[in-house]
Amino acid sequence: MKPFKFEQATTAVQASQTHADAAPNARFISGGTDILGEIKESVLEVNILVSLAGLSGASEIISSDLGLEIGALVTLARIASDQSIVETYPALAQAAESVATPQIRNVGTLGGNLCQRPRCWYYRSPLFDCLKKGGETCFASDEGNKYHAILGAENCHIVHPSDVAVALLALDATVVVSNASGDRQMPIGDFFVSPDVNMLAENVLEPGEFVSKVKIPKPSSGTRSVYLKAKERQAYDFALSSVAVSLEVRDETITQAHVVLGGVAPVPYSVPQVDSELTGQKIREVDVQAIGQLAVKDAQPLSDNSYKVRLTASMVARAVSRLISE
Amino acid sequence: MAQLPISYSASITLNVNGTDHQIEVDHRWTLLRVLRDVLGLTGAKRGCDRGECGACTVLVDGDPVCSCSMLALQVGGRQVRTVEGLGDANSLNVLQEAFLAEDGGQCGFCTPGFIMSATALLESNTDPTEDEIKAALVGNICRCNAYGRIIESVKAAAKSEAS
Ligand SMILES: Cc1cc2nc3c(=O)[nH]c(=O)nc-3n(C[C@@H](O)[C@@H](O)[C@H](O)COP(=O)(O)OP(=O)(O)OC[C@H]3O[C@@H](n4cnc5c(N)ncnc54)[C@H](O)[C@@H]3O)c2cc1C
Ligand code: SF4
Repeated sequence: MKPFKFEQATTAVQASQTHADAAPNARFISGGTDILGEIKESVLEVNILVSLAGLSGASEIISSDLGLEIGALVTLARIASDQSIVETYPALAQAAESVATPQIRNVGTLGGNLCQRPRCWYYRSPLFDCLKKGGETCFASDEGNKYHAILGAENCHIVHPSDVAVALLALDATVVVSNASGDRQMPIGDFFVSPDVNMLAENVLEPGEFVSKVKIPKPSSGTRSVYLKAKERQAYDFALSSVAVSLEVRDETITQAHVVLGGVAPVPYSVPQVDSELTGQKIREVDVQAIGQLAVKDAQPLSDNSYKVRLTASMVARAVSRLISE
Repeated sequence: MAQLPISYSASITLNVNGTDHQIEVDHRWTLLRVLRDVLGLTGAKRGCDRGECGACTVLVDGDPVCSCSMLALQVGGRQVRTVEGLGDANSLNVLQEAFLAEDGGQCGFCTPGFIMSATALLESNTDPTEDEIKAALVGNICRCNAYGRIIESVKAAAKSEAS
């Protein structure tokens, strides 16, 4: 392993400047559960790791009448067990709880979860110089693509690995990013970018920019949400397919819906056709199977992953059915 | 051309099992490496070295973590507990006794990791259900497949602590 310097930043300005000055050979580190894997596997070489762990104010969960603010350094274990999140934003607590193992959730942070790198096995092996690493080929396009995308992928077929992002998108979260000169914020759907927009990154962060917090508007009293995840191993695993659904129900009628798919596309994947199909329906009249089919209407499976089409349709049907019977 | 450094090092204070150690670490060293190779605490094992098997589990500020997947520099100033801090060969603690009595270990490689995960569980929940035990131990893999005996060991420890 090449030598690297670990620099503990104490202020946002220092973190940002150190990172920007050393770009592209600098990376942020929060919990380290993802990036240390990349370094150990020799997929990533860095000169400097800028630790965000010492930043003040980034480890708080603030719940108010307006909604929730979660600092980027809050661990997944805290998100999964925080009472206000469990009660008011259940899809988020369930998504955080579904990540990895207690050991990883105790260390892994919200910011690191959103910015973790892909799990494509070619990407994670130093032997394959694929498109995502600046090479010429996608090794997954013809074979070895059981865990890859069925939706929204053109050249690189990664799936975004984050569970938490899928729930946050269904809950209409906003991501706040910071650098030395201040903050900017955007809907979480605009934070992630597909490889067709930028092959070398999965989000819009510029050198020196990091995620500082996530904000979620308080759901109306008739809103319910759920996160479901299908895994190959029951113990713990990344999602083969996952779904987060948020529904607002008034007088037995769905007045707002947001269905988001995970594990099937290079970004957390919204399906607006499904949202508009659900909106206005009486909950007793929803045909959940048809909704599931609609969610995967545009699927283009690869050689080894057509199972994901049926799996995802049934996950969506289950999630919607669970919420309308709540 | 400026010479690349061979490595970066720093001095940290690591509190392990209640004792402060002043240690010079290479920035790249993991907590596991420091525990095993610098402090000679070989209870935590290097299994997969990627956060999947849990053989390297220790407690940091009371929470189970994979010591292979954290840099020592991330842990400076925090409280680390390893299996060596629970009891020694002459005076095993309740969980260690229970693993012996219930045959909770076979080859023994994964045992310290299981015991540390179970320690954190029993410190926050003195009477866990079987499902709670399974959820707490899900990040520890036993390749001898002694899971049934491991769960019995944790139940027995909870019982004898209650009595
Ligand atoms: C065995 C195992 C199983 C896993 N299973 C799952 C799973 O099921 N679901 C899942 O979602 N994840 C899973 N993960 C990934 C896990 O690493 C993340 O979930 C975790 O949240 C990462 O957080 P971290 O703080 O450790 O990130 P780090 O490793 O510190 O950082 C990850 C990446 O994000 C960047 N970064 C970190 N913080 C910030 C920030 N605030 N702003 C900008 N960039 C930042 C880093 O530069 C790095 O590239 C698994 C990991 C392991 C090892
Ligand atoms: S799917 Fe993307 S990351 Fe995987 S081999 Fe193809 S280009 Fe590389």
